[in-house]
Amino acid sequence: MPDDVSRLTYKFPSRTTKDGIDTVWVETEKLVAFMTAIKTNIDQHYRTLLDITAVDERARVHMTHPQMTDFTLVYHILRIEDGAEMRVKVPLRADSLSAPTLTDLWPNANWYEREVWDMFGICFEGHPDLRRMLMPESWVGHPLRKDQFSRATENGPFIMSDEMMNTELAAMQNLPVMAGLTNDEDPETMILNLGPNHPSLHGVLRLVIKIRGEEIVDVLPDIGFHHRGVEKIGERQSWHSFIPYSDRIDYVAGVMNNFPYVMAVETLAGITVPARAQMIRVLLAEMFRIISHLVFFGTMVQDVGQLSPVFYAFSDRERALEIIEAICGFRMHPAWFRIGGVAGDLPIGWEGLIREFINYLPKRLDEYEVMVMRNHIFKARTIGIGEYTSTEALNWGITGPGLRATGVNFDYRKIKPYSGYDQLEFDVPIATRSDCYNRVKLRLDEMRESLRIIRQCVDNMPSGPVKAMHPLAMPMPREAILRDIDTLIPHFINATWGAVIPAGEASVTIEATKGLNTYYLISDGSTCPYRVRIRTPSFAHLQTIPFISRGVFLADLIAIIGSIDFVMADVDR
Amino acid sequence: MTIVLTLLEAIFILLSIVIAAATLTWVERRLLGFWQDRLGPNRVGWEGTLQIVADMVKIFFKQDWTPPFADKIIFTIAPAIVMATVLMGFAVIPFTTHFGIDLNLNIGLLFFLGMTSLSVYGVVLAGWASNSKFSLLGGMRAAAQMISYEVFMGLAVTGVVMLTGSFNLTDIVQAQTHLWFVVPQFLGFVLFLIAGIAEAHRLPFDLPEGENELGAGFHTEYSSMKFGMFFVGEYAGIILISMMTVVLYFGGWNGPIFPPVVWFLFKSTGFIIFFILLRAALPRPRYDQLMAYGWKLMLPLSLLNLAVTGAAMLAWS
Repeated sequence: MPDDVSRLTYKFPSRTTKDGIDTVWVETEKLVAFMTAIKTNIDQHYRTLLDITAVDERARVHMTHPQMTDFTLVYHILRIEDGAEMRVKVPLRADSLSAPTLTDLWPNANWYEREVWDMFGICFEGHPDLRRMLMPESWVGHPLRKDQFSRATENGPFIMSDEMMNTELAAMQNLPVMAGLTNDEDPETMILNLGPNHPSLHGVLRLVIKIRGEEIVDVLPDIGFHHRGVEKIGERQSWHSFIPYSDRIDYVAGVMNNFPYVMAVETLAGITVPARAQMIRVLLAEMFRIISHLVFFGTMVQDVGQLSPVFYAFSDRERALEIIEAICGFRMHPAWFRIGGVAGDLPIGWEGLIREFINYLPKRLDEYEVMVMRNHIFKARTIGIGEYTSTEALNWGITGPGLRATGVNFDYRKIKPYSGYDQLEFDVPIATRSDCYNRVKLRLDEMRESLRIIRQCVDNMPSGPVKAMHPLAMPMPREAILRDIDTLIPHFINATWGAVIPAGEASVTIEATKGLNTYYLISDGSTCPYRVRIRTPSFAHLQTIPFISRGVFLADLIAIIGSIDFVMADVDR
Repeated sequence: MTIVLTLLEAIFILLSIVIAAATLTWVERRLLGFWQDRLGPNRVGWEGTLQIVADMVKIFFKQDWTPPFADKIIFTIAPAIVMATVLMGFAVIPFTTHFGIDLNLNIGLLFFLGMTSLSVYGVVLAGWASNSKFSLLGGMRAAAQMISYEVFMGLAVTGVVMLTGSFNLTDIVQAQTHLWFVVPQFLGFVLFLIAGIAEAHRLPFDLPEGENELGAGFHTEYSSMKFGMFFVGEYAGIILISMMTVVLYFGGWNGPIFPPVVWFLFKSTGFIIFFILLRAALPRPRYDQLMAYGWKLMLPLSLLNLAVTGAAMLAWS
């Protein structure tokens, strides 16, 4: 780091975190200057803001840094060229909970800062639109603070009073006015409310649209209907028992959520995963990539009015899910990954099932190519619609196929290979123009690449254990427990309290189906995580809807929504 | 006596049409199921044939809800307009030389065009009277789409009228005894069929409903039998357009061996199935693309068709 940049940080050297990500502490006053320097300085060039979150440090036992005080703001930034990440921390005292906004530097800071305000009550000076985001208007307090209750039973029975009901209804009705959609009082425009129940919004999302005729003037997404407080739940679940909760976040991509979580825990605990388990993880992750892309493809094509492909795609997905069921016992929420490996070995005959599937799917993909991608009406509906440039994509924190469609060759599996992706041969499909058409096309191509990866996994599946022999990952063998006390005591602790993961923090990112999925875990040396932060791609991508939808027609908006590929549970968590 | 007979004939034809339209809802779902790798309704009766009975029972017993914000009179009349105008259109269809409600109406074709134009009112009024934004958008789309596509529908059939020299549909069919008009008027046929799909607002021209963006478009607020009338009206519209296509371009009842009425129904069924196949196959264009397609491509083509037909007739005579 050059001097003029490093002068902006605190002098204390940062303790290296277990994931090896540079962590710097910055004063509130110097935050904007530091971020501007780190974004624009050509040596640094951290052009993408991956995540903003906060941690309530007031209940910490282990203070890991001298600057640590009541709250810490955590920024994750990413350099696209080599995948280098940096974690920037800003300490905040409880009596002055405010920080300058970064919305001028990165437009996607908008929603992240709103979320932090909603969850922690940290103000961002200069933020254009600091309203509640995930929590309802009538909610009192900020749920991710440590002094807010985390179990329903701690708060008495919930009663929806008339007053609360009226507040909520008024908030929903006043939203267009509050957000300034009706400011210009143009008689040619009207406010149209799409959702939360609408056939094409892929879940409980509400879009308030200002339209002139059929042309979109402005869009205002209203989210939070699907919020379940997964991050808060994480703070009271043991390290092992959080795994099934993570499945439900991006519910069409199953193990893609387990993957970064277990890898982050393994990083914290220093567990090395055996080769066979790694390969099984990759195999299942790629199966779920195909499953998720098939759902995306079917629904996206349905959104532009073609009724049949959704049925074909779903019947293909059904075949894939049957394989998942044969391996994991569950279909959509397998909860199959475990800390240190996977839950069990592959069943007898798994190779045959998968080989049959990978021989079957390419023909179907060719059919889709003919039926949809070469259809003139489909092309007319999608080419040039919802376009953005690579610079815009980086500024908005768009990752995954949506970023690769702009021509940026950024695939986390290639740039920072994890779980043995470096030993597999596959290409990263890219396009030159990110419009709805290319976003669909890239996903079709990615399915072919996933098939290639799966084929290599089947051909080269190593033998050996599927779980690390580590006291934090699994019970030690009975002979070892009976033989020595050093094994018996950890076993006793693990079996009664649950695994105690050493204090520290780790964030692990993977290339999920929709973009980068990051789990940022902080352990305070206890049986539960101290903080679970989940950075989901859908959240970042949904935020771009107003930006790419202005000036298009109503029907285009539906195509754009379809092509973004989001899952509302992944947005609201 | 003849009045009573004609009346009975009319009642018979209209009842058959309504029943056929209702049956078509089941046929469509089964066929779509077949083309989309799934089953479709197959539980009620043999292979689901009694599904329409179940649907009828259901739709009659649903709460007939009129939204408090709607314009109640027009809201109630609108579905009746759609249904009535479509059924009126059948008045001029010659099923055979002797079978049909009014076989010798000398403005038969104009009457048909008039009735299809009137049915736009039902859709537009429904969208307007619902007083809901989605319905309004659907109604506006319907008005714009159907008016534009009517223009070249009229121009497309003019070719047939020129060849026959009559607006009487019986005459038109009889003129095709040796050669179906689909051969000399192929372009006209294609144009008429496309306009017909737009008139019946079926995919890919179902923008007034546009379920992906507008929920259900102009009939979003409708329930129970009022919705049922739109629904049956749409299928009756498909039957009407298919029969008109057969009458105008495929020789009506003409055909060897089998009795004329069998030929007529056989050809019409073919087009009905074609309509359903279209729905299984194609995506929906955007509103502005649809309009541009209509005015910038279809209209010049229909004018060209007209000019070429006229020139050819001059050259021959």
